[in-house]
Amino acid sequence: MELIVCVKQVPDPEAPPASFKVDTATNKVVPPPGVPPVISTFDETAVEAALKIKDAKGGKITVVSLGNNLVRDVVKKPLAMGADQLILLEDPAYENSDSWSTAYALSMAIKKIGSFDIIFCGRQAADWDSGQVGLGIAELLGIPSVTLAKKVESVDGKVRVERIVPDGFEVIESPTPCLITVTNELGEPRYAPLKGIMKAAKIQPVVWKPQDIGVDPSQIGASGRRTKLVKLFQPVKEGKCEMVEGENAADAAVKLALRLREAKVL
Amino acid sequence: MADYKGVLVCGEAIEGKLAGITAEMLGGGRKLADKLGEGLAVVLLGSGVKGLAAEAIACGADKVYAVDDAVLKDYQTDAYVMAMENVVSQVAPRIVLMGQTSMGRDLAPRLAFRLKTALSMDCIELDIDPQSKQLIQTRPVYGGNARAIFTTESLPQMATVRAKAMSPLPRDDSRKGEVVDTTAGVDASKIRAKFVQKVKEEVAGVKLEEAPAVIAGGRGLGGPDGFKQLEELARLLKGAIGATRPAIDNGWVPTSIQVGLTGKIVAPELYIAIALSGSSQHMAGCSGSKTIVAINKDPEANIFREARFGIVADWKQALPPFTKKVQELLKE
Repeated sequence: MELIVCVKQVPDPEAPPASFKVDTATNKVVPPPGVPPVISTFDETAVEAALKIKDAKGGKITVVSLGNNLVRDVVKKPLAMGADQLILLEDPAYENSDSWSTAYALSMAIKKIGSFDIIFCGRQAADWDSGQVGLGIAELLGIPSVTLAKKVESVDGKVRVERIVPDGFEVIESPTPCLITVTNELGEPRYAPLKGIMKAAKIQPVVWKPQDIGVDPSQIGASGRRTKLVKLFQPVKEGKCEMVEGENAADAAVKLALRLREAKVL
Repeated sequence: MADYKGVLVCGEAIEGKLAGITAEMLGGGRKLADKLGEGLAVVLLGSGVKGLAAEAIACGADKVYAVDDAVLKDYQTDAYVMAMENVVSQVAPRIVLMGQTSMGRDLAPRLAFRLKTALSMDCIELDIDPQSKQLIQTRPVYGGNARAIFTTESLPQMATVRAKAMSPLPRDDSRKGEVVDTTAGVDASKIRAKFVQKVKEEVAGVKLEEAPAVIAGGRGLGGPDGFKQLEELARLLKGAIGATRPAIDNGWVPTSIQVGLTGKIVAPELYIAIALSGSSQHMAGCSGSKTIVAINKDPEANIFREARFGIVADWKQALPPFTKKVQELLKE
C-alpha cells in the first residue's frame, strides 16, 4: 500500500513548564536553550499507525514535513523507525503558517506525490493544539477522513478504524484513498533500531520549494493565513499553594485532611 | 455576498438530552448575540432531536433549526458536513460555535475548509470587539503553557468551545422562541466513511465529568495496583477516579478516565492529584476545579504551582492515613 504520513517539528512538549517562554514583542515562543525540537507526539503515533499497516500488508511510507530550519536528525526519525522516503517542504516562505496555509501546501505536495491509499496525521500538533490540518488536507483533496483513530486496519480494500469517543469507541469503515488522524491510544511508537538509524542516515530527504509544488505564493506561510494572532501570552499562575507539613508523611497526610475540613473542602 | 448576522450554535444531544456543552454555548452565545444586538440560534442535527427544541429555547436560543432526519442518526462526517453546509448557507450566521467534543473536533475543521473560512479550536473565552464586531477568540496553546488570542476576517467566524469554559443560563421555561424545520439535504450515496457500530466501554460508578470529587493518579502510582488504592478515597468522597496520559499509555487504566487536553475536561469541587507532576496538558483538563489538592514526593513538581493545598510525601505512606482520616472526619 502507498502510505503518506504528515509530521511536524515542534519544540519539545516534555520540556519543563518552567522553561517555557514567550517573546511578547514578536508573539513567538522562545525555544528553551539546549532542548532540541522533536517530532510532534501524535505525529510519531501516526508514523506507528502507518508502520503497522506496512507490517501487515507491505507497501511504502512517504513522510512529508513542512517548515523551515528543520533539524535533519529530528525529521529523519520516521525513516529510522521504518518509513521509506522523506519529503521536506522547507523554505522561509512556509514560515508562520496557520492551519489553512499549512493544509494547502501539504495538499499540493500530496497531489505532486500522486497516488496513495492512506494519509496519516496526528490528531493535533503539540504546539498549536489545533487539530485542523489533517481534516483540511482531506477536504482540499476531496477524500474521506476519520479522526481520533486508536486502531487502523486495512480489510478487503477498505480501511477499518476504531475511533475514540468519550464512552468507548466507534467502528468506522472508509474506502480508500482516505485520511486518518490518530490519537495516543493507538499505542507507543516503536523505538528506532540502530539498523534503522544507520539506514536513515543514508537517505537524503527530498526538498520541495514552493515553486516545486505549484502553490499560489499568496496562499502559503504568513500570507496564506486566515487567522490573525493578536496576542500570545503566558497565563498568570496564582501559585498560592498552602503546604501542609508534618513530622512524617503519615502525619502530614492526617494534617492535610484536618486542614481540608477546616477550609470546608471536605 | 450574503448579510451574515447572529450567532449559530451547533447543538448536540446525549442520551436524548441536550448536552451540557450545548447549554454552556447557549449561555456564552447569548452574551455574544446581545453584544452584537443580533439573534442566537441553535441547530439540532440528528434523528428525533426536535423534542429538544423547547429545552434549547429555555437555555437561551431565539430560534431552533431542527434538522431531524434518519440519515443523521449516527454521527458521520460527510453527512454532517453536508447538512451543516446547507444550514449555514440558509442561516448565514456571523458566528458558528461548536463544542470541542468528538463531533466538534471532526466536524468543525472539515466544515470550515468547506466554507473556506477560518476556525479557532478549543476556545476558552470569546468576546466581541465593539468597533469591528469581530469575534475575539482566546484559546490555550502549547499544551496549556500559553494562550493565544485570534481574530479572523472571513465569515462566518467559527470557533469550537471547551467544555465548562462557559456558563449555561438559568433555565427559563417561559422564554419564547421559534422552531424551524429544516431539511438535511444529505445525499446518502455521498457518505463515504461509514459508521458501523459503537462499542461502549463504560466505567462503573460515578461519571467522571459529573463527579463532585475526582481522585487522579499519575505515573508515580507505578501501576494498576496503585490506582486500586485510590478507590476507597473515591468511594468516601462519592467521587470518580481520573488518570494522566502516561498512566493511560502504560495501559494501567482504561482510556475513558484520562483527564487532560486530549482526554476529559472536569471541574469538580475537589480534585485530589496523587503522584502526578501536573503537566500543562494534564492541567488543561482539570484547572477549572474549585480546589486542587496535591500529594507528591517532589517538592518541585509543577502540581504545587497549580494546587491550593499540598503535602510533599510519598503517596504510599500518605494515602492510607489520609483516607482513614477523611473517613473519620466524614463520619463526624
